[in-house]
Amino acid sequence: MELKTKINAEEDKQELVITREFDLPVELLFKAYIEPQIVEQWMGTKVLKLESKKHGGYQFETSDAKGNVVVQMNGVIHEFVLNEKITRTFEMENSPFAVQLEFLEFKPLNDNRSKLTMQIVYKSNELRDQMLQLPFKQGLNMAHNRLEEICNKLK
Amino acid sequence: MNLRRDVFQAIADPTRRAILLLVTSHSMTAGAIASNFDTARPTVSKHLKILTECELLQQTQNGREVYYTINAKKMKQIADFIEPFRQMWDERFNKLEDIMKNYKPEN
Repeated sequence: MELKTKINAEEDKQELVITREFDLPVELLFKAYIEPQIVEQWMGTKVLKLESKKHGGYQFETSDAKGNVVVQMNGVIHEFVLNEKITRTFEMENSPFAVQLEFLEFKPLNDNRSKLTMQIVYKSNELRDQMLQLPFKQGLNMAHNRLEEICNKLK
Repeated sequence: MNLRRDVFQAIADPTRRAILLLVTSHSMTAGAIASNFDTARPTVSKHLKILTECELLQQTQNGREVYYTINAKKMKQIADFIEPFRQMWDERFNKLEDIMKNYKPEN
């Protein structure tokens, strides 16, 4: 089976490229990146600030089931072209990881399909490899937290 | 962690990546591998040594000849290294797609 989300991380580079094709018009795909309530749903994080414009910025915060903040993320937006591209930085606060640069390109494939290309540039090759190992644990934690929340509601 | 770092350094070199590609389909002797490159034989031997040391290649003795084969298990480890990260994004994007398929503009 063809993988929907592909990652190209060449070994001697300090960047990686994530590509994904969506069964969505490019306008809807782009909307999922600029509407705070929608970002919250698919990223599984709280959106404290999201100014989708040049010189704008964003601030996300993820909490565990008990309400303790686990991760705080922020960045600034350098380029913003509606339905086409977002260039932004990404920083995980209080972590040893350096700021990374993200180039997001949104392209229509036809009226109902679109493609996202996300190029992430890291400070170093080593840092990239370390980051690659990190989100998995967080992703798992988040999934567990969500599971916990749902189970708590069932009580 | 150190071992993994070694593996990544091993595959960082273009000649070593080319060697891995060569032996993917069938096992080859050092001489046969070297004949595919313009580089000096000792240089190819050095690359083979590094690839063998970090277990990306395996050696098999067949009579007087030593054959090199790829260690599929080790190669899989490299793919696995990125896989959790890929899955995380895949899950996020699947969710995004689901949400937006059901999206109704408010006005």
